[in-house]
Amino acid sequence: MFGRPLLRFVRKDTHINFMRGRYMGLIVSAVLSIASIILFFHPGLTLGLDFRGGIVVEAKTSGPADFAKLRTALAAQHISHASLQAFGAPDDVLIRLDAGDDQNTDAVVDTVRRAVTDAQPGTTILRADAVGASVSAELFRNGMLALGLSLAMILVYIWFRFEWEFALSAVITLVLDLTKTMGFLVITGFEFDLVMVAAILTILGYSTNDKMVVYDRVRENLRKYRTMPLMELINLSINETLNRTLGTSSTVFLAALPLALWGGATLSGFAWTMLFGIVVGTSSSIFIAAPLLLFMGEGRLKRGAKAGPAAAQQKS
Amino acid sequence: MRMYYSRLKLASVLGVCLLGLLLCLPNGMRKPFPSIPWRQIHLGLDLRGGSYLLMQVDLKSLTHDRLQTLAENTRDTLLKSQLGYQNTNVDADKNTVSFQPRDAAEADTDVATLDKLPRVVPNEFSVKKQDDGTVALVLSADAIKARAREAVTQSIEIVRRRIDGTGAVDPEITRQGDDRIVVELPGISDPERIKALLGTTAKMTFRLVDSNPLHATYPPPGVSLVPMANPAEGGPLPVFDHVDVDGTDLTNAGAVIDQQTGEWAVSFSFDSVGTRAFSSVTQTNVGKRFAIVLDNKVIEAPLIRTPITGGNGQITGGFDAQKATDLALMLRAGALPAPLSVVEQRSIGPSLGADSIRAGILSLGVGFLLVVVFMVLFYGRFGWYADIALLANLVLMVAILSLFEATLTLPGMAGMLLTLGMAVDANILINERIREEVARGRTPLAAMQTGFERATSTIVDSNATAFLAHVMLFVFGTGPVRGFALTITIGIATTLFTTLLLSRMLMARWYARTRPASLPV
Repeated sequence: MFGRPLLRFVRKDTHINFMRGRYMGLIVSAVLSIASIILFFHPGLTLGLDFRGGIVVEAKTSGPADFAKLRTALAAQHISHASLQAFGAPDDVLIRLDAGDDQNTDAVVDTVRRAVTDAQPGTTILRADAVGASVSAELFRNGMLALGLSLAMILVYIWFRFEWEFALSAVITLVLDLTKTMGFLVITGFEFDLVMVAAILTILGYSTNDKMVVYDRVRENLRKYRTMPLMELINLSINETLNRTLGTSSTVFLAALPLALWGGATLSGFAWTMLFGIVVGTSSSIFIAAPLLLFMGEGRLKRGAKAGPAAAQQKS
Repeated sequence: MRMYYSRLKLASVLGVCLLGLLLCLPNGMRKPFPSIPWRQIHLGLDLRGGSYLLMQVDLKSLTHDRLQTLAENTRDTLLKSQLGYQNTNVDADKNTVSFQPRDAAEADTDVATLDKLPRVVPNEFSVKKQDDGTVALVLSADAIKARAREAVTQSIEIVRRRIDGTGAVDPEITRQGDDRIVVELPGISDPERIKALLGTTAKMTFRLVDSNPLHATYPPPGVSLVPMANPAEGGPLPVFDHVDVDGTDLTNAGAVIDQQTGEWAVSFSFDSVGTRAFSSVTQTNVGKRFAIVLDNKVIEAPLIRTPITGGNGQITGGFDAQKATDLALMLRAGALPAPLSVVEQRSIGPSLGADSIRAGILSLGVGFLLVVVFMVLFYGRFGWYADIALLANLVLMVAILSLFEATLTLPGMAGMLLTLGMAVDANILINERIREEVARGRTPLAAMQTGFERATSTIVDSNATAFLAHVMLFVFGTGPVRGFALTITIGIATTLFTTLLLSRMLMARWYARTRPASLPV
């Protein structure tokens, strides 16, 4: 059964001139990224508990949540700056408090927990988290460090395996992808926390992977067609790898989709961001990374293909 | 590259897969064969409910304690050497003990004498003459760090004993960095009691109460006003600083009901050192009050009616059952070298954990199914082979995670799902290459060989980048990020094995068996 493939994304031989849209692609990307950077500064990311500090208590009340009563109960415990919000079902309550000056955030959690269960008996606490201000600053620093180091590692790796034109255009593209993802986070209001850092790193990893495949083919074709103009050569390479690009994007998309739909509060933000990143990463391989390589490599890449690491590769 | 595989090679690849399957088993069922030490994946707190506490050793108090002893040593040494001094001052912010020499000429002798004070660690402190004429002993940053590390090591032991006493199941206590301890409590989603238990240093001392009524308002040097643990029992008591008997001399403690009053009390017994000290103090001080001080609060200060020589005692401090039990527990476990404070706390209720597992497994299942169907629709027979490799990949991932006894968290499950998506990439690369070679008019065998060869370099390239990025993430990440990075890193390794060996082998066997005239691509 199903011995032969039933579907295919594109015909065996496509000759789409992707490079014709190179300026368009770059302009659209630049506009989106600049817009994202503006969004990043105003209104800015919604920082999650990990990076902002404070407390979050998630409770399921018996029967519909009585917000007025809960607020009074909290005020009675001298907790007045708490924000209460409903999420999902009418009996789900989310209570947030920013990190105060006092260091005993963990004691506040216990107070809130008691106040809520006393105000509406039968309430169960689903989750209660408290992160001190110093710890949140540290988590933020470590998260950013991990992001930065990963980018640097990717740059160095591509530089060693390919040539600097490839490495530089790949990293520029990654940075553009990254800014757009930040813009996406600002617009959707998903909380930026440690799990989101993981999501962004995955997007970067995936996007790099996608660019590697196209670049690999460019390098191969550089050896094969020594006289072909670079623009034509890049077009050819994209066309040749198109089925694979679309195929892989689809499978990763399909794998992440159920997570976005049923992954629950923690993971759905992560998964939606992933889905966004897959679309951005796939399109940027074709419309950003390739044109950048064209601009940077014109007139130079041919010579590099004869010597250096690429020549050693040819023997295999 | 060869398209023929020996039976031995085939058997060993299949063997690895079977072994993986075997290692997966303990996760599904409870101990299939009890005699074998099975390893299995631990569920993270986010999946089974529980609490995570990040506790920090109070560096200030540690430094302060060390400075106090340093100040005492300084006074003793100077007295013994017949060097005069005045205004000894302990400055916890600058980590210094300073004093004014009797006259300026003596300062150099002071420095030389004090420099011979014993140091707990090398370069623990330096002795200097300061510009304002005082002599100062300055604790070094390294010494404080070393002290914090030591305190953490001691604390871990005591924290473990205290938590074990509460009957918590499978608590995990680990150090983090120089001055932090991570306490993980599966199944306990309200850690209030444990926090109270760990937030007390439980330093118990027995000290005499100054009976001079004047000293209750103006304590002389050597006497401090110590507040009552229960303010209802009155104001602070003037208690001598000198410690007659130390809580470390206790051998046992337990919660009991007092025979006379019917109240809860804590009974304790001393070791030989404690017994001797206790009986000598009570013998010479009949008629005076003896304060039991816990963490600088007086629990009670009973009158010494008769000398107590048996080495046993009882504290009644208006306890309820829980408080008496907890105090006894803390006394048994020993005092913490410094207070611990909770800097991060995360508690997940059991119902949320169960929901998360359900959501995770559902997503994993549906995602897997979608990818399987996709591959068959787009790649036919070779798609089936990719699916088999994918299944083996999942099995091997679970097997390796079990072997490491890794902790599976929600982000970890996301990582597994993502690996499945990415693992397919390798198969797609291979299949697309084979298609291209077929389109160029190569024979099936040549197409498969060249296709594999070309795809392999790309596969290695793209996976190596992802591998590097996630190793970084694992090394520098914290919490959820690490779990995620770990599963992906393992996933990349299993992906390379299953695609480059297993699916290639499946194709090769199929080719050798049927010798097809054309490839189903």
